Parts: sequence; structure tokens; C-alpha cells
Amino acid sequence: MIKNDFILQMKDISKHFPGVQALSNVNLNLKKGEVLALVGENGAGKSTLMKILLGVYQPDAGDILIKGNKEVVHNPNTALHKGISMIHQELTLISQRSIAENIWIGREPKASIPCFINWKELYNKTEHLLESLELDFNPRKLVRDLSVAGQQMVEIARALSYNAEIIIMDEPTSALTEVEVERLFRIINGLKSVKVSLIYISHKIDEIFELADRAMVLRDGQNVGEQEHGQFDKKNLISMMVGRDITAFFPKKKLPPGDVVFEAKNLRIKGSFENISFKVREREMLGIAGLMGAGRTEIVRAIFGIDKLDSGEIYLNGNAANISHPHQAIQKGIGFIPEDRKKDSLALVRSVKENISITILGEFCRKLFISKSAELNNCQNMIKLLSIRTPHYNQLVNFLSGGNQQKVVLAKWLSTKPRILILDEPTRGIDVGAKAEIHRLMSNLAEEGLAIIMISSELPEILGMSDRIIVIHGGRIKGEFSREDATQEKILECAVGN
Amino acid sequence: MISTEARQRIGNILYRYKMILILLAIVLFLSIASNVFLTSGNLINVVKQISVISIVAVGMTFVILTGGIDLSVGAVLAVGGVIAARMTKNEIAPLFVVILTACATGGVLGFINGTLVSRLKVPPFVMTLGMMSIARGISYVYTEGRPIVNFSKNFLFIGQGSIWVIPMPVVIMLSIVVLGVIVLNYTKFGRYVYYIGGNTEAARVSGINVEWILTFVYTLVGALAGLAGLVLTARLNAGQPQAGLSYELDAIAAVVIGGTSLSGGIGSVSGTLVGALIIGIINNGLNLLNVDPFYQLIAKGVVICGAVILDTQTSIKGK
Repeated sequence: MIKNDFILQMKDISKHFPGVQALSNVNLNLKKGEVLALVGENGAGKSTLMKILLGVYQPDAGDILIKGNKEVVHNPNTALHKGISMIHQELTLISQRSIAENIWIGREPKASIPCFINWKELYNKTEHLLESLELDFNPRKLVRDLSVAGQQMVEIARALSYNAEIIIMDEPTSALTEVEVERLFRIINGLKSVKVSLIYISHKIDEIFELADRAMVLRDGQNVGEQEHGQFDKKNLISMMVGRDITAFFPKKKLPPGDVVFEAKNLRIKGSFENISFKVREREMLGIAGLMGAGRTEIVRAIFGIDKLDSGEIYLNGNAANISHPHQAIQKGIGFIPEDRKKDSLALVRSVKENISITILGEFCRKLFISKSAELNNCQNMIKLLSIRTPHYNQLVNFLSGGNQQKVVLAKWLSTKPRILILDEPTRGIDVGAKAEIHRLMSNLAEEGLAIIMISSELPEILGMSDRIIVIHGGRIKGEFSREDATQEKILECAVGN
Repeated sequence: MISTEARQRIGNILYRYKMILILLAIVLFLSIASNVFLTSGNLINVVKQISVISIVAVGMTFVILTGGIDLSVGAVLAVGGVIAARMTKNEIAPLFVVILTACATGGVLGFINGTLVSRLKVPPFVMTLGMMSIARGISYVYTEGRPIVNFSKNFLFIGQGSIWVIPMPVVIMLSIVVLGVIVLNYTKFGRYVYYIGGNTEAARVSGINVEWILTFVYTLVGALAGLAGLVLTARLNAGQPQAGLSYELDAIAAVVIGGTSLSGGIGSVSGTLVGALIIGIINNGLNLLNVDPFYQLIAKGVVICGAVILDTQTSIKGK
């Protein structure tokens, strides 16, 4: 039977969670040495399907066949033993331990004395592994001292160290620069040549077309279709993903800019950034480009009052503003959407409604008490405005997909009716459909008079959305461009410091 | 045949009211096992027994909801109790001033806890552990190790009187519980408490003054502990420096059994009341069934473990 070709078959998998049918009769077949791209909007069921494969969840129905044999994957440990390993979207490293310890955790080489670790061998093994991946890290270095991109590479190294036959990668390039992405692709091609099979989950369609042998689309927990390497068709793929045609990705808005509403002068935090000066006008979008770790997030966190500035001034509508706490920033009409929504923006165990209203709770209060109707009104408006997909407004945010969680974050900040909106990587890890929605929203907001500051590591996004672009390198502004002048090359050059 | 949807609905209801159902199950069992249990005299007794700890437990709910903990409440309770004792014994001031002073003293100690936890980032466990010793020391120093006894009828009414058939400690407890429920569910402050427990950093970025709220929460539990100390003193007709020993554990037990998560963000005051009732009723039941008092300690521990196991196994945080 042709079954020998398939190293993995997931047949008719169904899974249900309180309030939502996550997967219905989903089929996935993976050939040996194949790179299968798993594509779909947030909430389509990709993560759930992979978690079932990994043994994190058990399916309600359906079978998993590995190398033709029916298997039950009880937990991730079992999965590892059966040759399945995963590199998660969210990093799972122990930041206070070294790279070597993280990679080999649970499998440390034993010393001659029982129960003790052979450290020398541990570090040796790690060095070899890192070398084979072109990584220049000291195996003793603590994970927390690495950049986000560096940590992601360590995750990849760890997954590879299991010599798995099936490797799942979930948005592996979301935190990587172009250079690092090239490196990853080389590694993946290397794996293919030794017959390792990969399931590659990503929203970056161009990457998928470059890398994958096949692309499989999920929508609303069901199979929709597939494309093979020779016949990759972006438009068709996207319409399979969203169920409708998407035309413009980055609605270019050419709006007459208004007055200067925001001015930063000589902002400085020792060790993070200095000499940061820029202006933003009404109806204008300022894009902040640069590599990871350049200091962009630190700049906006200081502007918003989360971190304290060492020196520098901020002017709002020409008036000097002293912002030492996010509360003041909000009062002055600034909204901030942080880079890491789970860490900095959402209380996952609280409901959609509570997360949306937390920023403006005061407005719903008469004396000390919350007016539930006013709160609910705002919440429902926001859900409608942003097309947040949730079974109910009391649903815990934890259960929403990544894209919808990001929409909740947006909702909570739009509720404050800001005049200046700062977004840090607003569409990272979000599917094409939601991305376009968010871009459209940003355009509309600009049209209504908002000044928008957007940090992004995706050059097409920066180039397509911004009216003006500043490029940060090593904590300083290395380049400034208007939309007309900017090109990918120019921005990259500044970003790497030329 | 029950449809999957119906089964899920039932499952959801069972989950949300699981502690109350357990409480009812225990009540049912005990009313069969003992013919004294369901009498009004006995039931009133049970509620009276849990009232002092419940006052503290309401405050503890707030603290644990923020993701913190307060181990000093038993000791602070003692301080409140002995200060109230001496004040009322020496007839320095009218009753309501005595009450205010007991609360204020507890509040000050709580304020210190809150300030150091929120601004100096001392871990709550460590901070309140230290305060536990300090406060206990204060109560011994203040009383020179001896109980203060014999108070006026007015004062004793708080601990031993009743309104209709409801004992005063219970009246006070219920008032505090109702206030707690209202504050947590209907006020901005209550919502902030939940959110801080859900994600402290996100709360800060959302504009909440986390430091202030945390300080206030610890002050609140301190004040409630002071009040509880006063009520206990009135009940026992004695202000004892060793009062409230291990009350912090009982309060935490009630909170946890009642469904509040130790990591914060999830829970309720009404749950805490149910938790306190479960503990109280089990103790009472074991008494009525003539079980050795030492076994009651074990029983309490089993209930706590059982509640936490039930919670983690059915947790909505994710399977």
C-alpha cells in the first residue's frame, strides 16, 4: 500500500472545548522527508491539531498513525519517544539556566559519580550541536541574556537534538531577522536531505512557498484544501484560508497630515537608547524599523511611562508632558499595544469583557460602582467593530486564538479613545485575514485623526503602512525616510548599522 | 440519552457550584448520621464558631486574589484583640472608638506589609512571615504575657450578645461578607484586584496604580484582622496575646476550599464563606459523632487537599 510513504497520518481527528468545536474530522498526511505547511487563520485549529499530535490534548475521536501503526500519544514525553518533537511559538526555555542545560534538560550526560552531571561533556555536546547550526553561542551563557531571536534558535537546537523524525515548527521565524531566517531555511533543507519530515506552521505565505512541498489549509477546524509545490497560488491559498477574497493587504492611505500632536526630544535611557527625537502629526503613521534588540520597544515603553526616562522631553500638542506612569499617558490620550500580548496586555483568566473595559473602568463608574450596562455596551461595540470571534463576552481570554486575543488588546486600547496610538509589532503571529483587518482599522483610525506610531520588523508592513519611517540601530536613529524615498534595502542598511 | 450539549451544560453548572454542592452533600450526610446536627441550636453554634476566622478570611480572599498571601493575620488579630481589651478595660474611650482603634492598629500593620510588598518588592510570603513574628511579639510585650480579662456588658455584647437569634459575631461576619461581595463584584477597586491577580504587568500597563491597590488590600486585611481580634476578645471575655495562633492557616484554607486560586485572579468572597462553612461543619460533625478531636485536624487537612485536587483537576485554566 502507498501507506509506506506516509510517516504520519492523522485521520478524522475531532476535538471539542467548552463552547467551541475546535476540530471536526481533520485529516493530515505527512510523507517522509516532506515539508508540509499547515496554514490557516488564527482559530482555525492548527495549534490544537499539533497539540493533539504532541500528546498535550487527547482527541475526542480519530486516529493517529505513525509509520503505519496506530499510536496513542499520552503526553509530550511519549511523543518524543515516538520521534515527534515541536518548536513552539511561545518560548519554553528556563531563562535562569544556561543554553546547555536547557537543551539537554532531562538527558544530561552522567558523570562517573552517580546522580552527578558530566558538565564537560554537556558543554561539549552543546558546542557541537550549536556549531552544526551555525550558531555562535557560548553554551554556558544564560538564556535570559540572549535576544528573543537567540532564544528561538536555542529552541530549534533543542528540538533538533532529539533526532526526531517529525518536527513541528510553529511560527519559527516570527522573531527572526532576514539573515537568521536564511539560516533556518538552510537548516530545514539539511533536515529534508536526511529524510526528517517537517510540519511548518506559518502565516508568512512567501516563506511557505519557498520552503514547503505541500501546503494544507484549515478553516474553522476543518480541512479546506491543499496545494502542491508546483502549483502554489497565493490568492487561492488565502481565499481558502479566509473563505473570501482578500484584495488589498496594506491599504495605502494618503491623508493630509494635521498638526504635530506628539514630539519627542532627546529621549535617553542609559544603555538602551539616546538622542531619540521625532514628531508625529495627526492622520500620520510613523513606522519605527530596526532589528530586534535595537531599542525600539524600550523607547515606546519609556514614552508610555512604564520605564523611567533618564533625560529628554515629550510634548503633546506643543505642551510639555511629564509621564511617569501609564495612567498619566492614558489620561493624556496615548494608547499602547505592547509587543507581548500574553505577558503585558491580557489577564488570561479574566473574561473578554473585563479585559476590554479595564483601561476605562472609571468611565463606567458612578461614585464607586460599575455600571454593568455601560460596560457591556462598550464591550459589545468593540466586539462588533473589531470582529472579535468569541462565543460569549464572558469567555476567558485564554481560550481565544492568538489573533482574537490581539483584537481584544486593540479593543481595550481603542476604548480609551486615544489621540496617539503606539503599536509594537501589532500583527506578529497573526494570520493574513486578521492582519488585513488590523491594517484597515489602523487606516480608519488615522483618517479619524489619530497619530499612529508603529514598530514592526516586517519590512513590507512598514513600507506599506507608514507615511514616514525612522530606523533604529543600537539605540539611535540611523535613518529617516518618507514613504516615497524608502526601500527595503535602504531600511535594512540602516538597521544593520551602515 | 443525554445529548452532549446537555451534558456539557450540566458539567458547567456542577463546576461552578461544586463547593456548594459538596457543602450540601456534607450537610445531608450529617443530618442523617446525627439527629442533633440539623437543630437550630447546633447550626447557630457552627456559624458562631466560624465567624471570627471568616472575618479574616474575607480579607484574605482579597489578598490571595491579587496573587499574594498574608501569614500575619493571626498575629495581627491578637494585637487588635489586646489593644481593644486594654482600651475597654480602662474605659478610656467609647465603644466605637475602641472598635476603630482595633481596626486602625491592624490597618497600620497591614499598611506596612502592603507598602513593603508593593514598593520594595518584598515577596508577600516573606514579608508577612516576618510581620507575623513582629506582631506576635508586640502583643506579648503589650500585655506582658498575661491575658486581660473582665469587660463591660456593652463590650461583651459584641461577642456574646445576639440580634434576635443571630449571635453578634455572626451578624458582624455576615455584614463583612456582604460588603466584601459588593466591593469585589461591583466596584472598580474589586475589578482591579481581580485584574492585578490575573496579570500584574498587564494591569500596570493598563494604567492601574498597582502599588496603591496592593497596599490597600494588605491594609484592608490587617484592619479586618484587628476587628476579628476585638470580636474574639469579646467572645472569650479575655484579651489574650496568644489569640489567633494558626488562624492564618484556617483563613487560607477557607479561601482555597472556596475556590480562590492561590496564583490569583480567580475566586470569590461567597466561595470563601462556603469554604469556611465546610470546615466548620466538618469539625462540628466530627464532634457530634464523637470523633477524637485530633482526628479533626486530619479531617481538615484532607478537606483542604481534596478541594485543591478537585480544583486543579477541573480547572478552566486549560487542559
